[in-house]
Amino acid sequence: MSDSLQILAADGTLVGERPALDDSALHDLFEHMLRVRCLDERMLKLQRAGRVGFVGTVLGSEAAAIGSASALAREDWLWSGLREGGAAVMRGLPLSEYVAQMYCNANDTAKGRQMCNHFQHKGSHYPSWSSVIGTQMPHAVGAAFASQSRGEKAVHAVYFGDGATSSNGFHSGMNFAGTWKLPVVFVCVDNGWAISVPSGNQTEGEYEDKGIAYGIPAMKIDGNDVLACRQAMADATERARAGEGPSLLVLKTYRMLGHSSSDDPTKYRSEEEVQSWREKDPIDRFEIWLTQEGVLSEGERKTMEVELTEEIDNAIHEQESAPPMALKTLVEDVYEDVPTHLKRQYNAFASVAERYGSATVGDGAFPL
Amino acid sequence: MANLTLIQAVNDGLKAAMRDDPTTLVFGEDVGPKGGVFLATEGLTAEFGEERCFDTPLSEDGIIGTAIGMAANGLRPIAEIQFQDFIFPAFDQIVSEAAKLRYRSGGQYTAPMVIRTPYGGGIRGGLYHSQSGEAYFSHTPGLKVVIPSTPHDAKGLLIAAINDPDPVLFMEPKALYRSVKGEVPEGSYTVELSTLRTVREGKDVTVFCYGAMVPVVERAAATAAESGIECNIVDLRTLMPLDEEGVLEAAKSTGRVVTVHEAPRFCGYGAEISAMIAENVIEYMEAPIRRVTGFDTPFPNTLEHHYLPDERRVLDAIEAVHSF
Repeated sequence: MSDSLQILAADGTLVGERPALDDSALHDLFEHMLRVRCLDERMLKLQRAGRVGFVGTVLGSEAAAIGSASALAREDWLWSGLREGGAAVMRGLPLSEYVAQMYCNANDTAKGRQMCNHFQHKGSHYPSWSSVIGTQMPHAVGAAFASQSRGEKAVHAVYFGDGATSSNGFHSGMNFAGTWKLPVVFVCVDNGWAISVPSGNQTEGEYEDKGIAYGIPAMKIDGNDVLACRQAMADATERARAGEGPSLLVLKTYRMLGHSSSDDPTKYRSEEEVQSWREKDPIDRFEIWLTQEGVLSEGERKTMEVELTEEIDNAIHEQESAPPMALKTLVEDVYEDVPTHLKRQYNAFASVAERYGSATVGDGAFPL
Repeated sequence: MANLTLIQAVNDGLKAAMRDDPTTLVFGEDVGPKGGVFLATEGLTAEFGEERCFDTPLSEDGIIGTAIGMAANGLRPIAEIQFQDFIFPAFDQIVSEAAKLRYRSGGQYTAPMVIRTPYGGGIRGGLYHSQSGEAYFSHTPGLKVVIPSTPHDAKGLLIAAINDPDPVLFMEPKALYRSVKGEVPEGSYTVELSTLRTVREGKDVTVFCYGAMVPVVERAAATAAESGIECNIVDLRTLMPLDEEGVLEAAKSTGRVVTVHEAPRFCGYGAEISAMIAENVIEYMEAPIRRVTGFDTPFPNTLEHHYLPDERRVLDAIEAVHSF
């Protein structure tokens, strides 16, 4: 990784320029990373207990998600893939809303329509993501066009994995953004695996070289180095805000667990490989350096983990008692107004549901 | 009032909408200084500047994908797909993203946008400049599908589509672009979406059609009238969401129904109309429903005039349901 940006080496040694962050900001950054890890671990437990259907963790890549997103401004947008929910929490998504989305319950702002782990948060400009790989890239480009057309300074950061570099959206998104010179930061989180396909099998080229074809400057970054990820995003957003156009960041990291809670990675990769990345853990290395710097005290991580888990558990308890999902949400939000044919379909359904006692108060028919 | 062709009415509608709403913008392949391959966007770059009417790189996926981002962030994009046959690289963006954004986000994010695209045969365009893909899109919840057949409706429906809070696929019958002319009001007006147009009143046979098939059906109905068969012609205009009540009323009024479209028959739009009638008002039916359609084949070039439903095939179906 000699040719990639690195500030903090795997053993916690500072090998680059110290960031212009005060102790409190550094401590916050560490806490955000740790919160995401605690969240992932807690959600996996809930999944194993059968209370959450699906978890796609960012475990082992917290520096990539949190470090880069920590350099975004309030007005910037974060167009996500599967694993940036923790970045949304850092940027303002309340924990209880995060849990509601994992539970897909009536408190979920998406009204339980998406499967678990598909977050959104309008308040911090974190749009709803579909499960289709790569489609969000041209969206970010179009939205950046809109921001720029109004003279706003917002930058649109769009996150995707190594597999998504093979998708239509990557090529059309990069090409349009380059051609129109828009304030977009493409963030390729190369975590080594697209489900079971290794990142080396997506392309014969290097990910960072793909920028050249679109006239977009690209940079490879140690994705387990939170300070490097933050610095790279800070530089890219500064460039974008100055009207100099898009950038591509390739954050080289590793997906420590399966693609999701439904995947068994031991079928396609070796324990030796996983172990070699365990030694580059982004939280461990940041902890070592922060402890040396006196930002963290000895054993503080343990105390923080207990506190963070308690905070998460409180959010979980809040969501355990969510009201039942209103049945009318079956046909709402397809269009702004519910059209007649959907009202009729719903009413036919509701009369059967009522007969069998599965409808509750308020579920009654639409007036036609 | 001006006497305009259908393509002129589209152009007029775009200009009216762009004058009314500064957040509207038009883009696609060759729509800028050239004004589009059919000249639908002629003069827009000159009047509104290249910030609001411009050419894109040649990628339908990119055109629709960026339109969604613009729409989600406060603009009103009007994207052109040069031929409907070329829309399929963007099928994912239309079906998975534009049509589902409101629903999947619980109404937090929306994609109010219009996709204009010329569809249908009759210009010797072969397989890839002639298709009618309305069934694919009418099968997509969250999307609206509109097809005008007159200059008046083309402008009024287009402005209504642009004002609509949901994504609209606006399919223009290219065979009618310059072959029909009609009175078109000046300035801005709308024709409400999801409303039918009664083209001709008649008590004997109801014919459901849309787009380029409307004038074909009108000619068949005129011939049928010579032998005393009076057709009730209904132009559906909006295929999704459809005015189902209106369709059922029109079917009941004669008890004899023909559907006409140039798209293939199997799972075509006529099948939905037939099923709707069978499910709801079959007791009013005096004869089996007849569908006049294109063949279940790719679209031919040299024999396209035989592939497309013509006046004789429509008339044959009208006579068959009338004499049943």
